[in-house]
Amino acid sequence: MAGPTNHPGFLLSTLERAVAWARTRSTWPATFGLACCAIEMMATGAAHNDLARFGMEVFRASPRQADLMIVAGRLSQKMAPVLRQVYDQMTEPKWVISMGACASTGGMFNNYALVQGVDQVVPVDMYVPGCPPGPQSLMHGILSLHEAIRAGRLQRDVRVFA
Amino acid sequence: MSWFAGLLGPWRGFAVTLRQMFRPKVTTQYPEEKRVKPQRFHGRHVLNRYPDGMEKCIGCELCAGVCPARCIYVRGADNPPEDPVSPGERFGYVYEINMLRCIFCALCVEACPTEAITMTHLFEMSVTSREDAIYTKDELLVEPDGTPRHPQPEGPLVDLDELRRGHGWLRATAPSGRAAYEGIVAWTPSATYGEPPPERGQAGVTDETDGES
Repeated sequence: MAGPTNHPGFLLSTLERAVAWARTRSTWPATFGLACCAIEMMATGAAHNDLARFGMEVFRASPRQADLMIVAGRLSQKMAPVLRQVYDQMTEPKWVISMGACASTGGMFNNYALVQGVDQVVPVDMYVPGCPPGPQSLMHGILSLHEAIRAGRLQRDVRVFA
Repeated sequence: MSWFAGLLGPWRGFAVTLRQMFRPKVTTQYPEEKRVKPQRFHGRHVLNRYPDGMEKCIGCELCAGVCPARCIYVRGADNPPEDPVSPGERFGYVYEINMLRCIFCALCVEACPTEAITMTHLFEMSVTSREDAIYTKDELLVEPDGTPRHPQPEGPLVDLDELRRGHGWLRATAPSGRAAYEGIVAWTPSATYGEPPPERGQAGVTDETDGES
């Protein structure tokens, strides 16, 4: 298809919408819990909040099967290459949620050991404030991301990464 | 007959699974229904006003000084004598909070001498860009009639009613529950909440808002 994917052609626009709908309803997260935010992330997947309602209950251990990376927790300088590798191993299309103060900006840990924001390492689509964000805060971020995916606002051009 | 008990084993396990199916569901259907939050929930901040519309913030920068994440930026300025913004000598000229750095510890609420900054119950603040996460006075300060402002578009995901909940008494140093303060109004009136109720002390008077979000 000519042109970037967020400007679909006339003939395939309905198909594009169907694909976006399917992507929205099966955004499988990668297991990437780094700190206390991961506890809230697990709570989001558990019965009281139940991410399965949005087709997201399978936290994939393999990044190749995942669409969404929820960076849950502070990212140390030593972990940064690992995060990048996991991100690179994920298949397109892929999205990143930066969950919590530490992942987004370093939070209160403004020191030499931590990356001050994971967007220095990977492109972040949604920032969720909180320390840690509760399950419903995270779900607000996830649902906002779903809405953006459905509308095609967050479609990265794959050729950039080719 | 031990082989028979072995055959029965899996079915006893299935019975546990079957029994769960008739238990009440615990799932909160999040975007439609919200979990009941405790009264002292630490959510988004607001900057309050007095009932006459004057800003409570006096630009003393104590909140910025106490903030462990260094996410608050305040600059004070002298009040214009003919049209003062706050009752004191100075007012908060610039007030910015980086919500992505904030850890919602409410130490700013503890430090504030005029109860200008308080926390509400709103927690839906996800943003797609860093710049949107820096809340300036335009978003933090309530309207003169007490209506809180919000940068996000209205929709089913955000319950703006939560911005009206919460008050200064969420402080750890609040006199709520102390016998010596019973019947005394311990907090200054605010444009959002009006006159706060007197402290309940230890008389055992229950408040129907207790435990509700």
